[in-house]
Amino acid sequence: MIDKTVPDVASAVAGITDGATVMIGGFGRAGQPVELIDALIAHGAGDLTIVNNNAGNGDTGLAALLAAGRVRKIICSFPRQSDSWVFDGLYREGKIELELVPQGNLAERIRAAGAGIGAFYSPTAVGTQLAEGKETREIDGRTYLLEYPIKADFALISALKADRWGNLVYRKTARNFGPIMATAATTTIAQVDEIVPLGSIDPESVVTPGLFVDRVVAVGERAWLKDGEFVGGVDLEGRRLQEEDR
Amino acid sequence: MTTRISREDLARRIAADITEGSYVNLGIGAPTLVANFLPADQEIILHTENGLLGMGPAPEAGQVDPDLINAGKQAVTAVAGAAFFHHADSFAMMRGGHLDVCVLGAFQVSQTGDLANWSTGAPGAIPAIGGAMDLAIGAKDVYVMTDLLTKTGESKLVAECSYPLTGVGCVSRVYTDHAVFDVTPDGFAVRELFGDNTMDDLRGLTGLELIDATASQGGN
Repeated sequence: MIDKTVPDVASAVAGITDGATVMIGGFGRAGQPVELIDALIAHGAGDLTIVNNNAGNGDTGLAALLAAGRVRKIICSFPRQSDSWVFDGLYREGKIELELVPQGNLAERIRAAGAGIGAFYSPTAVGTQLAEGKETREIDGRTYLLEYPIKADFALISALKADRWGNLVYRKTARNFGPIMATAATTTIAQVDEIVPLGSIDPESVVTPGLFVDRVVAVGERAWLKDGEFVGGVDLEGRRLQEEDR
Repeated sequence: MTTRISREDLARRIAADITEGSYVNLGIGAPTLVANFLPADQEIILHTENGLLGMGPAPEAGQVDPDLINAGKQAVTAVAGAAFFHHADSFAMMRGGHLDVCVLGAFQVSQTGDLANWSTGAPGAIPAIGGAMDLAIGAKDVYVMTDLLTKTGESKLVAECSYPLTGVGCVSRVYTDHAVFDVTPDGFAVRELFGDNTMDDLRGLTGLELIDATASQGGN
């Protein structure tokens, strides 16, 4: 019997070693596997290389991992945001290395790693500072840059639900990097609101087939859902609104 | 002092050029205003880089869904007929030339259509690119929406960009608060003048040789 479920987030992040490369899903806060990140902080691994679109928001999730001093390098497209003060401080103090990658190249490099592609030519960033040092080639009259895959030791992602085989269904724009990161890591760990019985996910609706997933852990329903239905009543950070704000 | 049109009027002007059936990406900031002026009786589909085609307006208070946001990480809605997809598919839509129009902001646009909109190269600034480089080279038509002049009065239309580039030769048209400019093989061509601006005013403000193409537009 295949059972990829683990009982808690601590078991889910077990084995992540110092110096590991860890992909973390999410676009801003949407789809960020906050419970897994908190478990990684508690777990204690450091000197990490993190792959994420951003470099943390506010003081929670990825920002908290950065604040705990566990990250040596971050590979991302958009570190500078209105609420990225943790990263901003570390970067200005020279305490974190940044590899800036255009968002589409970031996504395609992750996809390539998962798809077994050795490298690919992309037109994005040709003629810009971010092309410096990259091999170029002209194909059918257009110039492209050679881009290499980004693979990881671990991927921490968030989805709506899973079965024990690791089949995943996402929710709305919280899907973002989850499906591609799931393919690009040696060990993919998914947190989900709920683990459902095998057979209860319509095979036509599976977004990430379980083959790409190694561990799944249930972390409970998001504050804006009830029995899988959207009920609202929260702000963008998922905090419940006070009665007078509604 | 020449007349300028408001940012809302500029957004309305851009919206008027987007035809029914178009797939459109509106960049973060001022370009998002264009959505407010797209005609409600036409089907124009908005793309957002974080995985949604069929983006709708902001939700009412209490209906904010943290799982449903736009590229600017603001709460949005999904219209009937919307589709969600992952990031690699989303950028394949751009890079693969499947989007009809994107509207971006700019620090500078050169007369050969180079775009600079991600960094002023200021020392100590934290670099951040996001999806701008992918968008700039991806859509069939790349429109820029910007004031013609910086706050200190320098032209954003230039012979050659001095700021770090986002994309090379990628801009097709620039909508400014003074006039609309097409990027042509011979440089900027003025397509439409706003208010009492004249060709000579614009040549003075930009310091560029500008082609007068206003007559060929039939005063639309």
